[in-house]
Amino acid sequence: MTDENTDVIPGTLDLLILKTLSLQPMHGFGIARRVEDISRGVFKVNAGSLLVALQRLERAGWLDAEWRTTENSRRAKFYSLTRTGRKQLELETKDWARRVAAIARLLEERA
Amino acid sequence: MIWRGLTRGVRALLRPAQRDAELDAEVRHYLEQATAAGVKRGLSDPAALRAAQMDMGNMTVAREEVRSSGWEHRVETLLADLRYSVRLLRREPGFTIVSVVTLALGIGASTAIFSAIKPVLVDALPYPRADRIVVVSDMQADGSPNDVTFGTFRELLARARSFEQMAAFKPWRPTLAATDMSEPERLEAQAVTWSYFRTLGVFPAIGRDFAESEDVVGGPKIVILSDGLWRRRFGAERNIVGRSVTLNDRSFMVAGVMPQGFENVLHPSAQLWTPLDYDAALPRDGREWGHHLRLVARLRANVSPADASRELEGIAKNPVAEFARVPWATFQAGLLVTPLREDVARDIRPALLAVIGAVLLLLAIACVNVTNLLLARGAHRRGELAMRVALGAGRGRVMRQLLVESLTLALFGGAAGIALAVVFVRSLVALSPPGLPRVHVIHVDAGVVAAAVLLAAIVGVCVGLIPSVYAVRYELLPALHRGSRRMAGGHQRTRGALVVVEVALALVLLVGAGLLLRSLDRLFAVAPGFDPAGLLTLQVQAGGQRLSGDSARLRFFASALDAVRRVPGVERVALTSQLPLSGDIEKYGLEYESQVTIDPNEDNSGFRYAVTPEYFQAMRIPLRGGRLFDDADMRGSGSDGAAPRPVIINEALARRRFPGRNAVGERIRFGGPKDRPWDVIVGVVADVKQMSLAAAREDALYVPQATWLWADNPIWFVVRARSSSAAAALAPAVQRAIWSVDRNQPIVRVATMDALVTATAAERRFAMILFQAFALAALALASVGIYGVLSGRVAERTREIGVRAALGASPRDVAGLVVRQGITLTGIGVAAGVGGALLASRALVTLLFGVGRLDVVTYAGVIALLLAVAVVACLLPAWRAAKLDPAMTLRAE
Repeated sequence: MTDENTDVIPGTLDLLILKTLSLQPMHGFGIARRVEDISRGVFKVNAGSLLVALQRLERAGWLDAEWRTTENSRRAKFYSLTRTGRKQLELETKDWARRVAAIARLLEERA
Repeated sequence: MIWRGLTRGVRALLRPAQRDAELDAEVRHYLEQATAAGVKRGLSDPAALRAAQMDMGNMTVAREEVRSSGWEHRVETLLADLRYSVRLLRREPGFTIVSVVTLALGIGASTAIFSAIKPVLVDALPYPRADRIVVVSDMQADGSPNDVTFGTFRELLARARSFEQMAAFKPWRPTLAATDMSEPERLEAQAVTWSYFRTLGVFPAIGRDFAESEDVVGGPKIVILSDGLWRRRFGAERNIVGRSVTLNDRSFMVAGVMPQGFENVLHPSAQLWTPLDYDAALPRDGREWGHHLRLVARLRANVSPADASRELEGIAKNPVAEFARVPWATFQAGLLVTPLREDVARDIRPALLAVIGAVLLLLAIACVNVTNLLLARGAHRRGELAMRVALGAGRGRVMRQLLVESLTLALFGGAAGIALAVVFVRSLVALSPPGLPRVHVIHVDAGVVAAAVLLAAIVGVCVGLIPSVYAVRYELLPALHRGSRRMAGGHQRTRGALVVVEVALALVLLVGAGLLLRSLDRLFAVAPGFDPAGLLTLQVQAGGQRLSGDSARLRFFASALDAVRRVPGVERVALTSQLPLSGDIEKYGLEYESQVTIDPNEDNSGFRYAVTPEYFQAMRIPLRGGRLFDDADMRGSGSDGAAPRPVIINEALARRRFPGRNAVGERIRFGGPKDRPWDVIVGVVADVKQMSLAAAREDALYVPQATWLWADNPIWFVVRARSSSAAAALAPAVQRAIWSVDRNQPIVRVATMDALVTATAAERRFAMILFQAFALAALALASVGIYGVLSGRVAERTREIGVRAALGASPRDVAGLVVRQGITLTGIGVAAGVGGALLASRALVTLLFGVGRLDVVTYAGVIALLLAVAVVACLLPAWRAAKLDPAMTLRAE
């Protein structure tokens, strides 16, 4: 792990969780691990924030939670994306793309 | 999704252990995985564990964050606060009891008053679209409402477009014949035009309503019964329709029965209705042209009372030939259109509003008292609260907890208050004046309870606001260091200010009570014009076929009079058609043969009394000029033209109409057909009050009983007892004497004159009793408040007092110090209160009599009382201060 680990951009944690879970159901640590890996260490998910966000998304109906036994015979809480969760993911992805494009335009501006 | 949020939250509330266990399991699993990942990277087990823990950060905080992110967290903290509050309250029973009792008093009184005013001022009347129902009245010269004539009713019925339905009605008092199971009874009833129930929007539950064809002169004799009468006298018989009922010895057929819940606000005691049966042809000299009917109407949709009033004014000013009017019923002064709700509450409204103001004052005083108590208690908890803030609670959190405490206190007070209110309401109803409308609907129902709970919540917040703001205001570190006793003066000043407010409010209430008390004193000091002590009065109704003719009636009354004269203990007895201060009104306009100046705006009418000659002696009404009636007058020798009928008038009328002349010998005329012969004034007697002691100008016209156009019925018997205390005791003997002449005539309204006089001031008395009760409670609360603040001050300044004593102050000086403080506070409160009372007394003006609202005697008396009470409240703290041993107090620090 490099020292350039930073927390996720504020406001994007939900998006990252939804995206991660769109590929397969996972437990909390798995999500954090996946985000770190795929972002190549740029983003590091804070455990507390993750758990808070997971509860929020679950209550909002975008995730379903289920206690399952893992390969190591441990019991873990697995989260999966719901149908409305998928819709929300699309929405937030589009929104994110919009914002990124806007920032890119602003940064390209020459005086 | 809201549903999920709800269910998850509820599950967390109900099974917190399970929720915590799951969260722990999740965190533990996370940690295990993180540790495993570290081991995979090559760290040793303990190193991997440590690395994982550092990575994850403070999981306790994280767990807290997860727990508090749900809505159920707020509920949990609220419940925790509640539990804590209750525990605290249990630990300090003295404080709790005093506060709860104080709040219960304030909330209970407010709730009781609210349930009394609710049916009158808040609830809609129990009719469909009740806001459309109005009462139409004629106007007297001074603008006050007057009954209408049948002629007016017919004209409006034909010409007015603003109303959907109109009905006229008058009271009727028939005698229900005795059956083998019950006595003859005089019933309260109404004679109504056929559309009466239609106008109100209520219909008989059994049988049918009146039909238009039945309401004609000489029409069929039918009645509709009330549910109460049907059950009471007819055993709730199912086949009641078509049965016949004997009223006034005539047979009536029952057409229907009104529903059980029917409330007849226009005449609450009426148990029976019959069609009015007036002559639609409006004969000039019939009763159709007397002002004795009341008119109720239902406005059309989209027509307001103001619109209707305008239309009626137009009609009034434009008479048409088809509806000729008699001179005394031109209604050109206009007609009043009053919504029914207002009309029903008209007389009682000023008293009710004053009482509402008084109870709110009492509530405010109770709140101020409890605020003071909370402030005092808050000072002792400074350390505890500082600890909470040090442990991480925000100021908002601490304030929230304190507010929950005061809310809990207020809710307990509210619960006790509701229980108290149930008791208060019963006494309220018991002492309510007859003018209080819808009395039987007054009770503590769901609406009242809901209002009480809301009030308790508001009180809780108000009472807790100042103490909680104070609690978090001060620096916490010094608070932790110092002992809780030595406090800066800030909150003491606030407590002093609150006591000043209390005293001011108490003074306003006391002034109100004092003014009303003096008003009643003055009112009862007014001479009614006759001597009420030792007078027994009762009304006899001569009904039935045998007594249907005038001469038969007169003979019956004459025999009854003789019989009563022979009862031992009776000094004098006389008859009259109208009794002063009985609530009856019978007035006639006057005409004068000789020239007199009459102001057109003046009320040119007088009350008519048809009396037997001994009336004036029995009532002890002094003669001022001329002579009284004698037996020759009674024989009616004047009515056939041989000699003019003798009339006696009151001296104020004589002075006004015949200034400087002798009224005796002048001729006047009133009542009866247009061209009848003139009557002659033979005597002038002292003025007598008819409507109330407070009434200003009431003219009286006395005629001998046998000479009037009809034999008045019912008739009042006025009996003067030999000893003034025996009046009430004579009643059974007098009744037996009358019944010895004819067993079947009901005798009603038996009362001593003293009781009647007292009853005329019923509304004022009602307001006064309530004001007195509230003022006394306020005085008690204010004195407790003063005592509390001074005790607190003494307790907090023991060191200072010790120093003073050590420097040479005697116990008397120290005590004087305390008393001076108390008097200063009271004095400021009194000054503020006087200002408040000057403003607030404007609301009482209509209830006052004989005292101005700036009455110096009242204010002086109240101020003296308050100061005296304040001094007494200071005594105990002063004595305690004087007793302090300087050696002990100085060492205690």
